[in-house]
Amino acid sequence: MATALVTKQKRIKKSSLAKRNLQKLLNNKLAVLGLFIVVTMILLCIAAPLLTPYDPGKISLFERDSAPGGEHIFGTDKLGRDVFARILYGGRISILIGLSGALGGMILGVVIGSLCGFFGGILDAIFVKVAELVSIVPQLLLVLILSTIIGPGVPNLIYVFIFTGWVATFRLVRGRFFSLREESFVEACRAFGIGSLSIAFKHILPNCLGPVAVQLTLNTAGFILQEAALSFLGLGVPTGVPTWGNIMNAAKEIITITESPWLWIPTGVAIALFVLGVNFFGDGLRDVLDPSQL
Amino acid sequence: MNNQNEARDVLLDLKNIKKYYPIQAGIFRKTVGHVKAVDDVSLYVKKGETLGLVGESGCGKTTLGKCIVRLHRPTSGELRYKFGNKYRNLLSLNKKESLDARKKIQMVFQDPYSSLNPVKNIFTAFDEPLKIHGWSNADERKDRIAELLESVNLRADYMYRYPNEFSGGQRQRICIARAMCVNPELIVCDEPVSALDVSIQAQVLNLMKDLQKELGLTYVFIAHDLSVVEYMSDRIAVMYLGKVVELASAKRLYYHFEHPYTEALLSAIPIPKIGGEKRQRIVLEGDVPSPANPPAGCRFHTRCHKSMDICKTQAPTFRPLKNDPDHMVACHLADTADA
Amino acid sequence: MNKQDYILSIKDLKTQFKVGKRIVKAVDGVTLDVRRGKTLGLVGESGCGKSVTAHSIMQLLPKAATIVDGEIQFRPKDKPEFNILKYKRTDKKLRSMRGKQISMIFQDPMSSLNPVYRVGDQIVENIRQHENISKKQAIKKTVDMLKMLSIPMAEERIKDYPHQFSGGMKQRVMIAMGLISDPELLIADEPTTALDVTIQAQILDLMRHMQDQLGFTIIIITHNMGIVADMADDIAVMYMGKIMEYGTKEDIFLRPSHPYTKALLKSVPVLGNGGNERLEPIRGNTPDPSEMPEGCSFMPRCDMATEACNKAAPNVDIGGGHMVRCWHSKGGAPHE
Ligand SMILES: Nc1ncnc2c1ncn2[C@@H]1O[C@H](COP(=O)(O)OP(=O)(O)OP(=O)(O)O)[C@@H](O)[C@H]1O
Ligand SMILES: Nc1ncnc2c1ncn2[C@@H]1O[C@H](COP(=O)(O)OP(=O)(O)OP(=O)(O)O)[C@@H](O)[C@H]1O
Ligand SMILES: [Mg+2]
Ligand SMILES: [Mg+2]
Repeated sequence: MATALVTKQKRIKKSSLAKRNLQKLLNNKLAVLGLFIVVTMILLCIAAPLLTPYDPGKISLFERDSAPGGEHIFGTDKLGRDVFARILYGGRISILIGLSGALGGMILGVVIGSLCGFFGGILDAIFVKVAELVSIVPQLLLVLILSTIIGPGVPNLIYVFIFTGWVATFRLVRGRFFSLREESFVEACRAFGIGSLSIAFKHILPNCLGPVAVQLTLNTAGFILQEAALSFLGLGVPTGVPTWGNIMNAAKEIITITESPWLWIPTGVAIALFVLGVNFFGDGLRDVLDPSQL
Repeated sequence: MNNQNEARDVLLDLKNIKKYYPIQAGIFRKTVGHVKAVDDVSLYVKKGETLGLVGESGCGKTTLGKCIVRLHRPTSGELRYKFGNKYRNLLSLNKKESLDARKKIQMVFQDPYSSLNPVKNIFTAFDEPLKIHGWSNADERKDRIAELLESVNLRADYMYRYPNEFSGGQRQRICIARAMCVNPELIVCDEPVSALDVSIQAQVLNLMKDLQKELGLTYVFIAHDLSVVEYMSDRIAVMYLGKVVELASAKRLYYHFEHPYTEALLSAIPIPKIGGEKRQRIVLEGDVPSPANPPAGCRFHTRCHKSMDICKTQAPTFRPLKNDPDHMVACHLADTADA
Repeated sequence: MNKQDYILSIKDLKTQFKVGKRIVKAVDGVTLDVRRGKTLGLVGESGCGKSVTAHSIMQLLPKAATIVDGEIQFRPKDKPEFNILKYKRTDKKLRSMRGKQISMIFQDPMSSLNPVYRVGDQIVENIRQHENISKKQAIKKTVDMLKMLSIPMAEERIKDYPHQFSGGMKQRVMIAMGLISDPELLIADEPTTALDVTIQAQILDLMRHMQDQLGFTIIIITHNMGIVADMADDIAVMYMGKIMEYGTKEDIFLRPSHPYTKALLKSVPVLGNGGNERLEPIRGNTPDPSEMPEGCSFMPRCDMATEACNKAAPNVDIGGGHMVRCWHSKGGAPHE
């Protein structure tokens, strides 16, 4: 009897959620385009040494300010460094900062939000106040203040982004938990004696991941822009390290803007393209992860 | 007392169960009063029977059901349950016993749409409870799930589908199967068919009856529709504003009701039949009072068509009738045995 | 019977929704006559097109819907009859018809009242849209109507906001609003589904009482066979956008002819039977309205289905206006 059942189940076709979601994602053209842009740019940045023979930091005073074409596809900057190489290597750090800032913020927000939303009480009251304090100051201003206090540098910038970035995710997750914890499926879990933490993280949390993923992409895009803005102001990553922000920073004189557009247009396009790609993908992800939409 | 329970083959004995929800107000969330959702309910459930629970919206049916499954902790009272041949109070069990009790008492919820986690397939929804309750072999679990789905007339290969692929009636059948996966003895069914279409209701009701016969299950069946409760139950308890006002066998209640509220409730149900003897309709005035501030005396006196002076001041006790000790009523008019 | 005895005659009404690329035939050829001064019960399962039929009569359909075919003749008492579908939804004729000659009360009393305005103001506003009377007169009329609907202290209660009313009282206010301009036809779309049975009994009693006093016609929409047995003179049983059986209350309950009607009656418990008779559920589920089976739409669930049912069933009068849409009813014998 039992063996008969087992063999019967072998034939039962698994329609996994992942497979179905992938299908849904592939049907969304904008999301596919976004994913394509993002993945391609990340791969290009990782493969930088294969794509360009130049060292992004190598100063070559003989080739200062040369226009695109010839040996340097995007030309060179005022110190004779290859712009193409700088964009690729700079992208590595900018994307790293954006992604790890957003990821860190997400993890922090999800954990605190889940616990507060599920258990409520004093813990919740405290974190709601903390979140209020953090969000009372405009984000860019807060980033400015924090980065002047703890100083520039890649890790510091990531910490700052994590510290300012968890609030949105926290609110989102907490809110979803508040409504989801009243649903009957949660009570069914409790009636079986399934533990609270398991209910919170294994049963309720997966229902929040759609909006969280969208928030993650929004934050990634936002942090890349903020890195650029901060570095542009000289508060982000030290000028020696190539990042998209620092490249833009080096091109901020009027004369450069008008006379040497190759110093900022390609970088600007790279930033815009990446941010746009991430946003497209995030939008698609929301629809894909919404289980009520087939 | 225990002897009496033994004689009746009682599985679950509720003693003076109360559940008060605090009403909080102001910035300091001070408790300014209580919603007396369930107020001093004593009932027993016999092994293998179906106890029906009816009453209007907000009278405390769900709250009482959730107290039995221990999703709510009663404010006071005792829940005595028969483990093997000993009665234990469910509210004073240790951790291991408590988990064991959860295996014995399960619940089916009102809304089939929110009862299943939308991001988990059916297999996962069944797998975890099974694992917790001692099915350690993965193949055995899978077999059990297939078996359960087939027992509620669904195909075994549906186990890898997600809830949104099922209709309301199918979902409710899945929920019944899920409640049964740990081999419970008692299932509290909270309005299991209210959200379903008329033509689907009968499928689910019949399935529940069949399963009961096959497995010797005991049900506490909650509904606001008396005709459905009457169809399912052996005994029916009528609730009003947190109290049980009448308890009688299902066969008897329709013809030999004692409480004016039961009478009004029965006469308010539209019957899908024409001709026959003309029913006298009693239309209740006004609305159900708030359970936060129930009327003094008999709680029903504000709407009762037979209200007397004594009803306004003195609450009637819930007592058996003189000529039928299994029929209990809380009404000054009823011919009850003296306390 | 004289044409004038029917206040409303619907012929072959077809209303469709466009959802993405799919066409949902929500109402698919409804033919109905409504007797003046009587109550018609429209019963059927969820999603069979009851509300869409009602909204088509009022021409109050959502944007995605189109009435693709049909005719709805409305015959007001002392005015010439007209085909409602001949007019645009914004036409003056229809605007004065809605609320004045035909009014409608909706399923959900909670969301039909605007929460930010006083209850009284909402009714007064409604009166003054159709009648040219002073505010004072309108208030008096409102209070009188609410008193008639046995709302205690009506003078005071009209100053309250909707959230201060219970569900049953809100539904009574909706009825007051529906009846205040003395309509000839009242369409009540599941007026008591959201309410408790005791409150339901109050509301149904009230509707019957008002009909006796004012003499209007009622179309009551419900999925509860008990309510139609209680309220209706005539009954139309609807399934998947079509009227399957239509006749007097006696026709439907004593001489049900369509397998669907019979199945529906056997699938609900009847109070007083004490669970002795086992219910007979209808097989399967209602099909997806965008993938309706060809031929008779009830065929996949029908115990009597035969080869003939693959073709759309005819609508046959089996005597005295008792209409049945089935190949197996007498008179409708399958012909090849
Ligand atoms: N978590 C809660 N906190 C405060 N009050 C509650 C809570 N749950 C229920 N109540 C109140 O307790 C009373 C009884 O509620 P309960 O849900 O048990 O009624 P019910 O008989 O199941 O009604 P229904 O037929 O509408 O499901 C109601 O007045 C309700 O407002
Ligand atoms: N706005 C809409 N867009 C698309 N389809 C709709 C819309 N409104 C109704 N429908 C479809 O039309 C069909 C008939 O719906 P209708 O609301 O008339 O059902 P009903 O008989 O009133 O059901 P209920 O008892 O649930 O109120 C349904 O299949 C529904 O899916
Ligand atoms: Mg309830
Ligand atoms: Mg409807």
